[in-house]
Amino acid sequence: MKFLDEYRRLDEVHQMARAIHRLATRPWTLMEVCGGQTHTIVKSGLLDLLPRQVTLVHGPGCPVCVTPLEMIDRAIAIAAQPGVMFCSFGDMLRVPGSSQSLLDAKALGADVRIVYSPLDALQLARTHPDKEVVFFAVGFETTAPANAMTVFQACREDVPNFSVLVSHVLVPPAMEAILSSHSCRVQGFLAAGHVCTVMGFEEYEPLCSRYRVPIVVTGFEPLDLLEGIQMAVAQLEQGRAEVENQYARAVRRGGNRSARDCVQAVFEVTHRIWRGIGEIPSSGLRLREEYRRFDAEKRFGLNLPPVAESMECIAGLVLQGLRTPDECPAFGKRCTPDSPLGAPMVSSEGACVAYFQYGKRKDYGSSPVLSSPAVGH
Amino acid sequence: MCLAVPGKIISVQEEELLGLRSGKVDFGGIRRDICLAYTPEAKIGDYVLVHVGFALTVIDEAEAQRVFAALREMEQLEGLEAGTA
Repeated sequence: MKFLDEYRRLDEVHQMARAIHRLATRPWTLMEVCGGQTHTIVKSGLLDLLPRQVTLVHGPGCPVCVTPLEMIDRAIAIAAQPGVMFCSFGDMLRVPGSSQSLLDAKALGADVRIVYSPLDALQLARTHPDKEVVFFAVGFETTAPANAMTVFQACREDVPNFSVLVSHVLVPPAMEAILSSHSCRVQGFLAAGHVCTVMGFEEYEPLCSRYRVPIVVTGFEPLDLLEGIQMAVAQLEQGRAEVENQYARAVRRGGNRSARDCVQAVFEVTHRIWRGIGEIPSSGLRLREEYRRFDAEKRFGLNLPPVAESMECIAGLVLQGLRTPDECPAFGKRCTPDSPLGAPMVSSEGACVAYFQYGKRKDYGSSPVLSSPAVGH
Repeated sequence: MCLAVPGKIISVQEEELLGLRSGKVDFGGIRRDICLAYTPEAKIGDYVLVHVGFALTVIDEAEAQRVFAALREMEQLEGLEAGTA
């Protein structure tokens, strides 16, 4: 497919890897923010193409992974109510709550449906006026415009049996939480390209200057990621700390103005708890007062008991780039995609799944996807 | 979850999908109705980046070629270096 295949060609990928080898003279640690980028990196074997000076740590950019346990439990409790049709992106279904997942609830008889778009959930509400249709509005800035537009439409058409369970989070506050931590090892960021298609990259400029880190807006294909790394390493080697845009074919400085306006009209910034990390101030979105009648949390008003995470899961450390998945004692043994202890072993963007599926394990050696090509210095 | 896929617009309806600007977008042979409300400038033949049923941006073809031009330059430099080594 155009705009995908050409960024996956082996010759170009190897050529960009050689450019990084020529640049790197000292050890540097970079974080790719988005879980989708982590998957490309591990699946394509890019870790094996990098010089030993460049270490990649994987970031918190997996909405499924950071949705709090309480919110999963709330979703399951709502889905189990009679007359409810609970709609979600497929990724959320297998995430373990405190005692079950949405998929377990479905097996026990709850009407849980996977939708491709929040507009599909709204359409179900229009065609099933006898049901309470609830959409699980999870995601980062990339997904917020779709969810905002859906709520806006529900309001405009006055669809009374539609509501959203909102668990929206924002990327820059999480990056700042990582940078301000005393244990931070990140010296440069590959910012999440698709978040920036919506938001642009102006909000990274204060982060860049306050913490003196290069931030490179980066795409999702192997060549994009290597070019992002190359740009970040070049900055570090030259002592620069700037915002640069590798993903200019999709990202403009101001982002998508009309999408940002719609998000702004429907949502307001709020504190959010990130699973495994804790509360981060001003790091999420909730419905504004004029749209709060579509808030499923308010509509169903369930009181749930407080819950505790699995003691063994180190997802919080993995999500902050402080550990890699294969450093967890449960990894691949007591925690697998079939029987996960934590969300990063479930989501298609989770770092633990990426390591498990594509063989980036200490006992496996290098990735089986690309057979160790000769990368010259 | 932030997966977004490029596809080519093959038709545009100004007010079809729940009253929003929409269009048919082709993803390597698979066609879907996509909301184009956030890309009012997108026209038939353009490639858009689509996430959960919404086009988020029109892909800039000139920018898409930039990395390949840079790689060609790099290759020439590599060739020169190899020649002088």
